[in-house]
Amino acid sequence: MWQNFKNGFIKENPVFGLYLGLCSSLAISTSLNNAIGMGMCVTIVLIFSNVLVSAIRKITPDEIRIPVYIVIIATLVSIVEMIVHAFMPELYDSLGVFLGLIVVNCIILGRAEAFASKNPIGASAIDGLGMGLGYTFALVLISVVRELIATGGIAFYNPFDATQIIFGFNIEALAPYTVSLFSGSVGAFLTFSCFAALFAFIKQRSAKKEKEAKK
Amino acid sequence: MELLSMAIAAILINNVVLTQFLGICPFLGVSKNSKSAVGMGLAVIFVIFGASLLTFALYKLVLVPFNIEYMQLISFILVIAAFVQFTEMFIKKYSASLYKSLGIYLPLITTNCVVLFVAQDNITQGYNLIETMVNSISVPAGFMLVLFLFSCLRERLDSADTTASWRGNPVALVVAALMALAFSGLAGIV
Repeated sequence: MWQNFKNGFIKENPVFGLYLGLCSSLAISTSLNNAIGMGMCVTIVLIFSNVLVSAIRKITPDEIRIPVYIVIIATLVSIVEMIVHAFMPELYDSLGVFLGLIVVNCIILGRAEAFASKNPIGASAIDGLGMGLGYTFALVLISVVRELIATGGIAFYNPFDATQIIFGFNIEALAPYTVSLFSGSVGAFLTFSCFAALFAFIKQRSAKKEKEAKK
Repeated sequence: MELLSMAIAAILINNVVLTQFLGICPFLGVSKNSKSAVGMGLAVIFVIFGASLLTFALYKLVLVPFNIEYMQLISFILVIAAFVQFTEMFIKKYSASLYKSLGIYLPLITTNCVVLFVAQDNITQGYNLIETMVNSISVPAGFMLVLFLFSCLRERLDSADTTASWRGNPVALVVAALMALAFSGLAGIV
């Protein structure tokens, strides 16, 4: 079970390893604030959708399983969207259209199809948590790099009250060298490609080591 | 004139892939050769146009009169999934050759976020029927343009000698970044 959980971070990281959920991870990673907010929303939807799909896996007819999954996911996303709108209006504004687009985030449908439809409820919940945190982890990595380069500092607000900064710093020395390009699409693609290459490098090295160990 | 500038803005300036980060999955997945890129692009234009008209009608004729706008997300995604399924069955029945060339891309379109985005965008922007039609053709046309250009570049990339860890998607994303830079230069034309 621990293995299921750990897999989501490095080896099968949904974003860098499997290239799933790229749209939101590129668009939302402009600031740490958005990244954590989006990551949490996706994790919550992922855990509940995995649990529900797993709970009904024995009574779902095979032919219509995809529409069934989509309805479950869309319902959960609508609920999350309403909760965020009601209690975290600033987050709702900055995530914008991407909050609703969690429905078509391939990670969620992918895990429902590949894992939750074949495994018991407990394991599916853990898998959802692991994958969701792996996604959050990837978003946080990209957003920290982008926010640092674009603004020269990091700021993380209390999601329930945007005037209260929980955690933040500014690096004075970086201020003259900020590149605003990194808050836009060019920076998103560049940062992402660097991390993707790094993860591919780690994977290839560990595969090599395993091969040598077998010899 | 306004409609024309709206179309140009949607295709070149606010390009879905390069500035709004939608449809990245097919953008990376189906861009291995230019032929399949064009096929995918055409399928996406057709599905988005049809699905947008259907969701527009659904919103104006059902959701608003019955005061159930909060069902928007669920009903839209169902309409899109059903529409994609019907298109697939229809094409399979009436044109075997078209099905062969488009068949594998059609089911993938359900999870293409551009479709849901355009359907929702038409509503949130408050477009009327004509504007909805223009928007739902020009947005996927921008997607197709970028997908085609990207696939041509990728055919060259495949034969290039890249370091092992950068091979495949990472180096393709660097190319995407350069394309985004080039497209940002078009920002002033409308």
